[in-house]
Amino acid sequence: MSPTYGVVAVLLVSVATLAIGAYGWRFSRTTSDFFVASRSVRPALNASAIGGEYLSAASFLGVAGLVLAFGTDMLWYPVGWTAGYLLLLVLVAAPLRRSGAYTLPDFAEARLESRSVRGISSLLVVGVGWLYLMPQFQGAGLSLRTVAGTPPWLGGLLVGAVVLVNVFFGGMRSITFVQAFQYWLKLTALLVPVMFLLAVWNGDGAPSPLGGAWVSPLDSADAHPLYTTYSVIVATFLGTMGLPHVVVRFYTNPDGRTARRTTLVVLALLGLFYLLPPVYGALGRIYAPDLVATGATDTVVLELPARMVGGVGGELLSALTAAGAFAAFLSTSSGLTIAVAGVISQDVMGRRFRGVRAFQAAAVVAVVVPLVLAVSAEGVGVARAVGLAFAVAASTFCPLLVLGIWWRRLTDAGAIAGMLAGGSLSGAAVVLTLVGDPRPGWIGALLAQPAAWTVPLAFATMVVVSLLTPSRLPVHVSRTMVRLHTPEAVALDRGPQSL
Amino acid sequence: MSEPPLPRVRVTSPRTTATRRRRVTGASEIDAQTDLGEVYMSSLLRSQLRLALLVLAGLAVLVAGLPLLFTVAPALVDVHVVGVPLPWLLLAGGVYPFLLLLGWLYVRAAERNERDFAEVVERR
Repeated sequence: MSPTYGVVAVLLVSVATLAIGAYGWRFSRTTSDFFVASRSVRPALNASAIGGEYLSAASFLGVAGLVLAFGTDMLWYPVGWTAGYLLLLVLVAAPLRRSGAYTLPDFAEARLESRSVRGISSLLVVGVGWLYLMPQFQGAGLSLRTVAGTPPWLGGLLVGAVVLVNVFFGGMRSITFVQAFQYWLKLTALLVPVMFLLAVWNGDGAPSPLGGAWVSPLDSADAHPLYTTYSVIVATFLGTMGLPHVVVRFYTNPDGRTARRTTLVVLALLGLFYLLPPVYGALGRIYAPDLVATGATDTVVLELPARMVGGVGGELLSALTAAGAFAAFLSTSSGLTIAVAGVISQDVMGRRFRGVRAFQAAAVVAVVVPLVLAVSAEGVGVARAVGLAFAVAASTFCPLLVLGIWWRRLTDAGAIAGMLAGGSLSGAAVVLTLVGDPRPGWIGALLAQPAAWTVPLAFATMVVVSLLTPSRLPVHVSRTMVRLHTPEAVALDRGPQSL
Repeated sequence: MSEPPLPRVRVTSPRTTATRRRRVTGASEIDAQTDLGEVYMSSLLRSQLRLALLVLAGLAVLVAGLPLLFTVAPALVDVHVVGVPLPWLLLAGGVYPFLLLLGWLYVRAAERNERDFAEVVERR
């Protein structure tokens, strides 16, 4: 693949991102603009922005690569990442918006009336956010190396710099425009090439890629495929609602009702997008089987157009997919940076640093730390680190949100115990998987995909400890429940309102 | 000599019927956190939670049930619909319209629950 087209495509995406961000700068004046775009984003724009933010490197490159390498079972990842939004819609969307809080720690403090819960939530937001940012920077490095042969740290640095400039000057308001643009860019970057690829495939007599063990579900090399599949389902279905960059976007809706409608549009946009990556994976079985042998399956989306179409047309189509991949890195990194910077500026820097300046300083910290980690710790694998973030989020914030919204008797002691239990066990399991050799049998399966046992454990801990500490019930729990669940149109006393 | 009789005083009852008509809405009961207010709130929460669990049950049976189905009936791989094996067709495409349908039904029903709640608590 010729480097020129790829480099031009990546630069064009970066420039377009900065230009659209600059358009948003003009509207960003207040602290509320920076954090939540002044809570005035309409469902269609907001849903595009949520879709643009959510579809990361793992969705754009990873799904096709996993399907190419391992077959049908991997289709559960995109299904789970979409179904996660259905659970978010049903259990969390409207009450979370109505809680009137900026961030997850804000929600935890408002609901449980405890500073300690806030502290633990802040640490977890920063931890999960950095875990998710690190593979984005690494994936950017790998992709830029594939299309242009640059050293691996350069792609991450480029993404970090563009994100920082945009966040620095425009905050949430300008990021909203950027991410909405990037959803449609990502969809186009997969949709247009796939039409050419299918035409070529049809011209070759439409050979079937679907055959053998690759097509059978639950037939993979894993020791316990049924357990592994269900653990992936638990992590993705329940982890989505606990990701800090997903949650923070809900505060930008005008009210609870629009939060629901936005989520519904997101479901449609994600379903549309996820139809495409499996096609690349399946075509890769026929046209790029050598990638499986070399372990470079993540590049199948970038390689396939040049291989199948050929000539300048193929190069241009490959450059288009490279542009889409960079849009994926930029949008997800932007969202994560906003979420992490919001928490750092509110909770770590303390009360003396407030407002826009503190937010900008926090954004620098939020980008630089995972960038240094990504450069120094190479080769942890994009999909695995993202999987870790989902498992940790499902084992900590999911029970906090679900029980906090639907169960009056949750106490701060219960929430802390549950988040510590779920977070430490899921974190330890994946760290053990990442650093050590693959372990055989049940132990290996339980450690590689911990969500199926850590999530129920976190829920159980929260419930049991809450029931044991009834004296610590928040004083204003009834008023909080009124605020979370009643429609805004009814005039009610909802307690003190934030912004 | 007898004292002069006191002037006669007319005794009337207060106008109870006129003053007893207090206007109480469900909303003010909720604000005052009375037992009745709690009843309104818990009935809203119960109806929304029941709806959520109903949608989740649909998701659990029809989507999360698929791996079990594939285990019990591995021969489904050999069932081809328009040339594509059935598991592949379901997971790579068929699931998404179903998720959207569940979401749409949920939003409609949740907004109806909220309308009913608003009607009840704002009624005088």
